[in-house]
Amino acid sequence: MRKATGLAAALALTTSFSVISSAQAASTLESVQERGYLQCGVNTGLPGFSSPDDKGNWKGMDVDTCRAVAAATLGDADKVKFIPLTAKERFTALQSGEIDVLSRNTTWTLTRDSSLGLNFAGVNYYDGQGFLVSKNLGVKSALELDGATVCIQAGTTSELNLADYFRQHKMEYQPVVFDTSDQTISGFEAGRCDMLTSDQSQLYALRIKLKKPDSAMVLPEVISKEPLGPVVRQGDDQWFNIVKWSLFAQLNAEEMGLTSANIDSQKKSDNPAVGRFIGKEGIKGKGLGLADDWAYQIVKQVGNYGEIFERNVGEGSPLKIARGINALWNQGGIQYAPPIR
Amino acid sequence: MQEKHTMPAPARHYFWNDPDKRALVFQIIVTVAILGLAFVVVENTLSNLEKRGITTGFDFLSQESGFGIIQSLVEYDETHSFGKTFIVGLLNTILVSVLGIILATVVGFLVGVGRLSNNWLVARVCGAYVEIFRNIPLLLQILFWYFAVLRTLPSPRQSLDLYDTFFLNIRGLYIPAPIFQEGAIWIGVALLLAIASVWVIKRWAEQRQLASGKTFPVFYTAAVIVIGLPLLAWFMTGQPVHWEVPALKGFNFRGGYAVIPELCALLIALTLYTASYIAENVRSGIEAVNKGQTEAAFALGLPKSRTMQLVIIPQAMRVIIPPLASQYMNLIKNSSLATAVGYPDLVAVFAGTTLNQTGQAVEIILITMSVYLLMSLLVSLLMNMFNKKMALAER
Repeated sequence: MRKATGLAAALALTTSFSVISSAQAASTLESVQERGYLQCGVNTGLPGFSSPDDKGNWKGMDVDTCRAVAAATLGDADKVKFIPLTAKERFTALQSGEIDVLSRNTTWTLTRDSSLGLNFAGVNYYDGQGFLVSKNLGVKSALELDGATVCIQAGTTSELNLADYFRQHKMEYQPVVFDTSDQTISGFEAGRCDMLTSDQSQLYALRIKLKKPDSAMVLPEVISKEPLGPVVRQGDDQWFNIVKWSLFAQLNAEEMGLTSANIDSQKKSDNPAVGRFIGKEGIKGKGLGLADDWAYQIVKQVGNYGEIFERNVGEGSPLKIARGINALWNQGGIQYAPPIR
Repeated sequence: MQEKHTMPAPARHYFWNDPDKRALVFQIIVTVAILGLAFVVVENTLSNLEKRGITTGFDFLSQESGFGIIQSLVEYDETHSFGKTFIVGLLNTILVSVLGIILATVVGFLVGVGRLSNNWLVARVCGAYVEIFRNIPLLLQILFWYFAVLRTLPSPRQSLDLYDTFFLNIRGLYIPAPIFQEGAIWIGVALLLAIASVWVIKRWAEQRQLASGKTFPVFYTAAVIVIGLPLLAWFMTGQPVHWEVPALKGFNFRGGYAVIPELCALLIALTLYTASYIAENVRSGIEAVNKGQTEAAFALGLPKSRTMQLVIIPQAMRVIIPPLASQYMNLIKNSSLATAVGYPDLVAVFAGTTLNQTGQAVEIILITMSVYLLMSLLVSLLMNMFNKKMALAER
């Protein structure tokens, strides 16, 4: 009887704990709006995708994805707190609720989509894995790399693709695994590795960090598909939709010819599609739980997809990456967004 | 029975009047509460993981890993399982820890004794060593050795070499590897035989010294036997061991053993850092031995080195061993900083890449923590046994 009393007390104690722990937080949108800023996980430093400039402002494609979400949800693209994460830390940070969106050149794969409790909200950059080698190695193709030492970032799909590629071609390699992409490039520069492997866009971005960028070259082989995009937690469909449509709004704006410069003059446009876009007609922001001008704010403050691309990685940037498959579907690429209506 | 009834009836005896029973009740309550709390934590974690659609369980351990590891003590490639990556990482952690413990102990003892030297220069150099390495954060030291020292080594094509057998470059240290052929087993047998005979000779020499006072040069005899017997066996069996010398093929050296610079940097840093603490333990241990012991040994006519070896160190060991154990445990735990320079230890491989590729953080971190705990407990157990053996035998 006495033991039973103790047990009952313990049970009462524990149930009170479980009540506390099972009380779930509010929806992501509510907590972002209440907090007043968006918490966005980005790369620790990858020119063109997310890296701080000389004034400490974050710049890049992935950064602009975060800014677009902030413009849509809070009406102000600057209300973002950027949280730099290594590849190893990124999923845990999102799962644990430390960030609201993960926008960190993350490849969409079946394993990640199905077993991490996360959802990929779309693709903001179609990439593929390549190799960066020093020119004085005299190598013209990745197939000549048997026995090479490879610098690589831990916890990436690159690590897996590399193993697949070398196995498939019956070649040997030695992986030197670092935590950040900065470490991989410094290891490459010091000569610890013969080559560096990562997504091609990253290779161009890392190459300009070398003291002599011309001393290294990107090999022509692309050994994998790397669709990169923002990620959110599973179980909050409203938030998932918001992030997804923030991307679609950028693509639709480019398709309609709406830019940050001309969107104000288009406000009186007779085109019904433009009217729906800027929130004068149609469903407006209701379905997403946002203000009616959410898409207008994205374009006005951040720009359309083409502007974002050119500014960060395209001709307007030191990277000078061609649009390629990242062009719109009607211009030879595969970037396609469902219509806003 | 009758008698008992005639006894005065005792006052009603409540259990809370008995301190033993009371204590028991409280202990049960606390135990149940802790177990309950643990249960709730586990239950809550599991249900939340499930609610968020995160896979749980240990099935991933048998899945194919799909990534390579640069250094492995057992056979491993990307077709092996995630479970195997655990073994590879664990062995790499054990390798650097064991080497680190041995080297740190040797360096620590030398420096600790050196600090007490009468030679002004030796004492000051050892003192400076301790103050420098003890007061710089270990992570910085690891990064220093890796980025500042090892990064200055030449490329494979301009390797530093020693007689074209040993090669040193930025990819690591390449040393020849023995290749055993038929008959090589006899060399091993000879070595075991040599060790056994050295043990017998040592026993005999000790007994003879106790009986007659005559000493015997055990060290030199042992050296001759341990080196000589296997060498003899090598010649007699027709030299069955060959050396595979590393050679530059393509991008890198192939053949022989390669010691990667990540291991070197980590090992140097761990050794020097831990040795500075061990040196202080040794110094305090020696200083704790009463000066009268030294004087008594001198009075008996023992030379200085024998005094240290036979009188001071055995007594100092009692003071040295307990803190030594905690330094060993620190070294093991600090080896997890390997991830900073890309050495594939347990944390970098298993709690790093494997965790990221499978996403099963809770299981993997749990396994990793338990392994470190077990390793520390094991060291603690061994050192306690050693301590008991060395403790003062009361007569």
